[in-house]
Amino acid sequence: MLVLWTDALIYLLIVAATMLAVYMSRQAHMRRPLKKIAASPVAIASLTLLLCFTLIGLADSIHFKDDNSKGNEAISLLDIACATMRAHGEKTYSAPFSAYAYGKENLTAEDGSTRWDYPRLQYGGAHLKNPEQQLTGDVFRKVVGGLGKGAGLMLMILLFAWSDKRERGKRLFRHPSAKAIWLVLFVVVSSFYTLFSLSEYYHVLGTDKVGEDVFYQTLKSIRTGLVIGSLTTLVMLPLAIVFGIMAGFFKGWIDDVIQFIYTTLNSIPSVLLIAASILMVQVYMANHPENFNNLLVRADMRLLFLCLILGVTSWTGLCRLLRAETLKLREMEYVLAAQALGVKPAMILFRHILPNVMHIVLIAVVLDFSSLVLAEAVLSYINIGVDPTTHSWGNMINGARLEMAREPVVWWSLTAAFVFMFALVLAANLFADSVRDAFDPRRAERG
Amino acid sequence: MLTYIIRRLLYALPLLMAVNVLTFVLFFVVNSPDDMARMQLGQKHVTEQAIQNWKHQHGYDLPLLWNNDKIGGKKITETIFYQKSVNLFLFDFGISDSGRNIGSDIRQRMWPSLALALPSLIVGLLVNITLALLLVLFRNSYLELGGSVLLVMLMSVSSLFYIIGGQFFIGKLLKLVPISGYDSGFAAVKFLVLPVIISVVAGIGSGVRWYRTLFLEEVEKDYVRTARAKGLTETQVLFKHVLKNAMIPILTGVVVVLPLLFMGSLIMESFFSIPGLGSYTIDAINRQDFAIVRSMVFLGSVLYIAGLLMTDISYTLVDPRVRLS
Repeated sequence: MLVLWTDALIYLLIVAATMLAVYMSRQAHMRRPLKKIAASPVAIASLTLLLCFTLIGLADSIHFKDDNSKGNEAISLLDIACATMRAHGEKTYSAPFSAYAYGKENLTAEDGSTRWDYPRLQYGGAHLKNPEQQLTGDVFRKVVGGLGKGAGLMLMILLFAWSDKRERGKRLFRHPSAKAIWLVLFVVVSSFYTLFSLSEYYHVLGTDKVGEDVFYQTLKSIRTGLVIGSLTTLVMLPLAIVFGIMAGFFKGWIDDVIQFIYTTLNSIPSVLLIAASILMVQVYMANHPENFNNLLVRADMRLLFLCLILGVTSWTGLCRLLRAETLKLREMEYVLAAQALGVKPAMILFRHILPNVMHIVLIAVVLDFSSLVLAEAVLSYINIGVDPTTHSWGNMINGARLEMAREPVVWWSLTAAFVFMFALVLAANLFADSVRDAFDPRRAERG
Repeated sequence: MLTYIIRRLLYALPLLMAVNVLTFVLFFVVNSPDDMARMQLGQKHVTEQAIQNWKHQHGYDLPLLWNNDKIGGKKITETIFYQKSVNLFLFDFGISDSGRNIGSDIRQRMWPSLALALPSLIVGLLVNITLALLLVLFRNSYLELGGSVLLVMLMSVSSLFYIIGGQFFIGKLLKLVPISGYDSGFAAVKFLVLPVIISVVAGIGSGVRWYRTLFLEEVEKDYVRTARAKGLTETQVLFKHVLKNAMIPILTGVVVVLPLLFMGSLIMESFFSIPGLGSYTIDAINRQDFAIVRSMVFLGSVLYIAGLLMTDISYTLVDPRVRLS
């Protein structure tokens, strides 16, 4: 097993998130908003979808040394699951469910004559003898078959769960939120089962310029999106929490210095700061090639740097919120009481202030997630995002953007990136909204 | 008032200094000028002489912070830090790594940026406020529910898709306007229509939601209840009272971005090949032209700080309750 830097940080993040969830469910004052989230079907449905994405991202974060290649390459669990898609590379573009290539070529028939026509694909629809007549029927049969099997699988799980006669088990069906979970799982599992089973015979989302399966690319991009959305938080949170609380609590010169720091950082346009940093990283990598000899390590380091820089540029907003809240909290009676009892400032910060600003942190984290995923695409477009060899939605859009001018239009890469990105960001946005509604005291009172 | 402005201006000086030092550290300490020269001249087969020439040409052959070879004040002035950073304070941007005068480039490219950014801002503001008011007017109805769902969906689409989609459908399929390009004078209008529309549409999702929360906060206040109690219709309440009071946060939110309009929009300008400062910056990033990126960082910070100052002043102008101290 091979652990990349971002992998290790993802594991760390998962552990931290689990611990936070356990801690929060034990706190009485946190349970009310959590219950409110659990009661909302939309929030739970989007959380389920997010978890499905996370699962795929996690499968892509467990890397092994590849035995087949010459030892310098690493593959992930997801790569193993997508082995057929990885192997089924074509020469260049091909449309979804097509048996023919995108461009015409000089073909040599068996009798030696040549003609100018679309060549058959090497893998897509290769099992068909006569694609013109069989293709539609075969695709239809395979879709129905795949959907049937996927749905059957889910139905079996549902039946098992349903057979649970205890009262607690029964509740898993009656509540609207529970129904939402089952519905999302049903759709996701059966459609993914269908797509996977179809991808053995076809390129369900077509192939890209170098003939790589687009469905595989989109799946790989999920990890990049999640890493950017979540690891940035890991960088940002300590900075924002420590500085924000300290500025609000100690006031005086500490406050001045911290305010000065974040106004300075804020006043630099963030895109330019990111660009400058990435330029510097590139120069550094170019001058120290010995540390970055492996393509994957190199791409991984750049991804990590990007998260670092994004974190450094984005902590100021949260810091300001936390400072304002701490300024209010430090005048509260319980803080004064603690001070009067001689509790040390560090203890007050940790025991009395920090738990009471946690809701702001939580809201900021979920709200930032979707904007970070979107920002990745834009940054990749300006060439200051992830490494060009990394699979990411930004790179997919960037590569496919110019092909819109072609005739016929190469639309499948864009559509694939659009659909997956939209699903992830929409789920994140909906979830963030309900988290905010539940945890923000001003909104919570409104009901 | 005047003393306040002067004090704020004085406060801006250390900020700019810090920005300057930060960019200096970023550009010169992490990587030496040798590295940059190698990057510019290509990685392989670069002679030492070529690097020295390049450095001399662009003024990178001086020590970083302290020049021991010179006497007196020149110990400080004859350094890269002084030459490259202090001159920025006088808005003397020097020449770019490819040999062009950055200052005149900026003055020339500022106007196309503004021609795109200003209409986008104004139209976007009008559209967003109108839609937000409509949503508040029809609150607690299915119209609001549908509108909110639509807004979340609009918000979840990457701005790149708006641009690509707009260029494809309006530019390529319907052929209503040219896909990209720019022209001087009033001929530029037909090139600007599409980018303005797209940036307005792309901003609707988050913009309308933001204004809606502003209005909703106002709607629950006591003076609104009074206004209703004295018999005003809901539309009158909204337009005469709520809108007026919500104007304060709206206005200050707008004022802070006003100076930054000069910087232009990076993505829009490069997609529509408008020769503004945004595409200038992107080109510089892609060509790895450090001098331009550094100048733009500095310019951006100056404009941002100017925006902050203008916000504070505009507060006192629109809201008599706020007194500057």
